[in-house]
Amino acid sequence: MKRQDAKSGYGRWWFLATVAALYTVCAALAPELALRALAHAWQALRHMLPVLALVFVLMVVFDLVLNPRRLAQQLGRPGGARGWLLALAAGILSAGPIYAWYPLLAELRGKGMRVSTAAVFLYARAIKLPLLPLLFHYFGTAYSVVLSLYLAGFALLSGLVMERISRSTESAD
Amino acid sequence: MHEDNSAAGDETHRILTSLKKTGRTFAQALPVIAGMLLLTSLAHTLFAPQQFARLFGRHDGLDALLGTALGSIAAGPPLASYLLGGELRAGGVSLLAVTALVVSWVTVGLVQLPAEALFLGRRFAITRNLVAFVFTLAVAWLTVQTLRGFGASLP
Repeated sequence: MKRQDAKSGYGRWWFLATVAALYTVCAALAPELALRALAHAWQALRHMLPVLALVFVLMVVFDLVLNPRRLAQQLGRPGGARGWLLALAAGILSAGPIYAWYPLLAELRGKGMRVSTAAVFLYARAIKLPLLPLLFHYFGTAYSVVLSLYLAGFALLSGLVMERISRSTESAD
Repeated sequence: MHEDNSAAGDETHRILTSLKKTGRTFAQALPVIAGMLLLTSLAHTLFAPQQFARLFGRHDGLDALLGTALGSIAAGPPLASYLLGGELRAGGVSLLAVTALVVSWVTVGLVQLPAEALFLGRRFAITRNLVAFVFTLAVAWLTVQTLRGFGASLP
């Protein structure tokens, strides 16, 4: 995983460097256009700053309230409806990049965590509570609420489908 | 009194640690946020909004597929997908395509697939990503239809 972390860390800076190179080319060919693009970016950033500040505060609060290791341990325990709902809640509340959770999930799968629970957890990560203000900012409240509800519903459905597929492939084997 | 001071000190330390950790996460996301802002602004300036719409707007189903495909191969924090989605929407791209992009960005991960397969098994990783790909289309379609059904103004 170390190699991948390093790769993704450099990737971010490569991405920014590529965009900067694009701007340099653009500035050389059409300086006025590059300036207009920069002005647009600055305006977008000014609109985003208060939302980003709120996102930062929410991330600190979630980090203080939640203990990722304890959260993951809870996931390994119950089956049935309670396990699914717990996986849903844990997925929504979990933070950080997805690949950071793979080793922990693999450990729990080894200890008997169901395919469905892992699938529900991974899908539920699509709902990002600390980023909701940004979603509201861009798409409005009604859209954000409807989308989040569907994501939660489909997270549970993905658990059901993955369990069915897993059972049918196991019996075929 | 001494215990009170110690507890308050622990709490302050915990908050400071959390602030540092979140600050680090934000700092790591900074090049992506800055890059996405600059890139979308450049695209916005270079191409007229109608051109974005033309790239997509041929057929609802194809739009959703294109949005899902783009989101599936994209890597980066979800924050970047909101930014890109917001700009695309402002550029006239359909809400269906933008929703598909935003949803697949966080549920389908072609870039992370090797790591997921390594830890959780190849069969699990491939099946889960395929299921998530199909579900993205359903979530995008249902979200747009629900908003229309309730007469909500589309973003």
